[in-house]
Amino acid sequence: MDATAAAYIGAGLACLGMLGAAIGVGIIFGNFLQGAMRNPSAAPAQFGNLIFGFAVTEALGIFSLLIAILLLFVVPK
Amino acid sequence: MADDPIEQFHIEPIAEFNLAGWDASFTNASLAMVGGVAVAALFFNWAMKPAAMVPGRAQVVAESAHDFIRGMLKDGAGEEGVQKFFPLVFTLFLFIFLSNMLSMFPGFFGVHHVFAPTSQIVITAMLALLVFFTVIIVGLAKNGLKFFKVFAPSGVPIYILWFVILIEIISFFSRPLSHAVRLWANILAGHILLKVFAGFVPALASLGLIGILGASLPLAMTVALYGLEFLVAFLQAYVFAILTCIYLNDALHPGH
Repeated sequence: MDATAAAYIGAGLACLGMLGAAIGVGIIFGNFLQGAMRNPSAAPAQFGNLIFGFAVTEALGIFSLLIAILLLFVVPK
Repeated sequence: MADDPIEQFHIEPIAEFNLAGWDASFTNASLAMVGGVAVAALFFNWAMKPAAMVPGRAQVVAESAHDFIRGMLKDGAGEEGVQKFFPLVFTLFLFIFLSNMLSMFPGFFGVHHVFAPTSQIVITAMLALLVFFTVIIVGLAKNGLKFFKVFAPSGVPIYILWFVILIEIISFFSRPLSHAVRLWANILAGHILLKVFAGFVPALASLGLIGILGASLPLAMTVALYGLEFLVAFLQAYVFAILTCIYLNDALHPGH
């Protein structure tokens, strides 16, 4: 297998990392909704925490996207 | 050309300058950034000109934006953070928000598209490094060596502390990376997605009557994605600002 093909396969595999971020973001918003349904009056105060947790979780998926982009455009073919 | 989803990110010089060997041309990216700053400056000057006790509509918008960021900074970094850093965070938020929003224009009067400055890693990286070094410099200037308590959370048992410190150091130094890449990747991916779906419309419509009927599907999808991208444009500016608040809190109150 030549290096170009390996880089493309690696880029595809790196995108699997987004699976983890997707699960994490789903858990965060799902749990926020559960909590918000139980105690709606406390929900607006936690919006900042929700977005912070979302951002930190999403960062890991974005790292895998970064690896994919590096493999596609930066690795010399 | 128009159906290449990457073409919209090409930087083209408008007026070429050379500054002692450095390419300092005024490009379409510069124009988009100046545009965002000009919209913010002109709107806030115009809206706050009356400074009325009973505000008009524009003044309500300006004051709500101010109070929104002020409340976020107060939650994140306390009253001291508001006094020290409000102009920084408000400027960052408005710059990113307006860059994102203006770049949602799909192009007009022969302009293919409005350039998205935040889709360039160099711009988001500079913004993130600005925040990163502000945290380090202000933290060291204000707290001295106590600033290093930021790596050692209080209440951790001593036998696990070395590992926590290791993780905290890695997490501290990966902050500017994730801070910059999050904004960049979201805007980049969003704009590519819009262009790809919009590209399906003429491709299908050129196939005849059935194709024109089929083209209505990606057209509807493009409209829906535009709605999503407006949400992302706001949300990423908000996320960037709220993370800035949380990082600045470390500079003021290290050691949690």
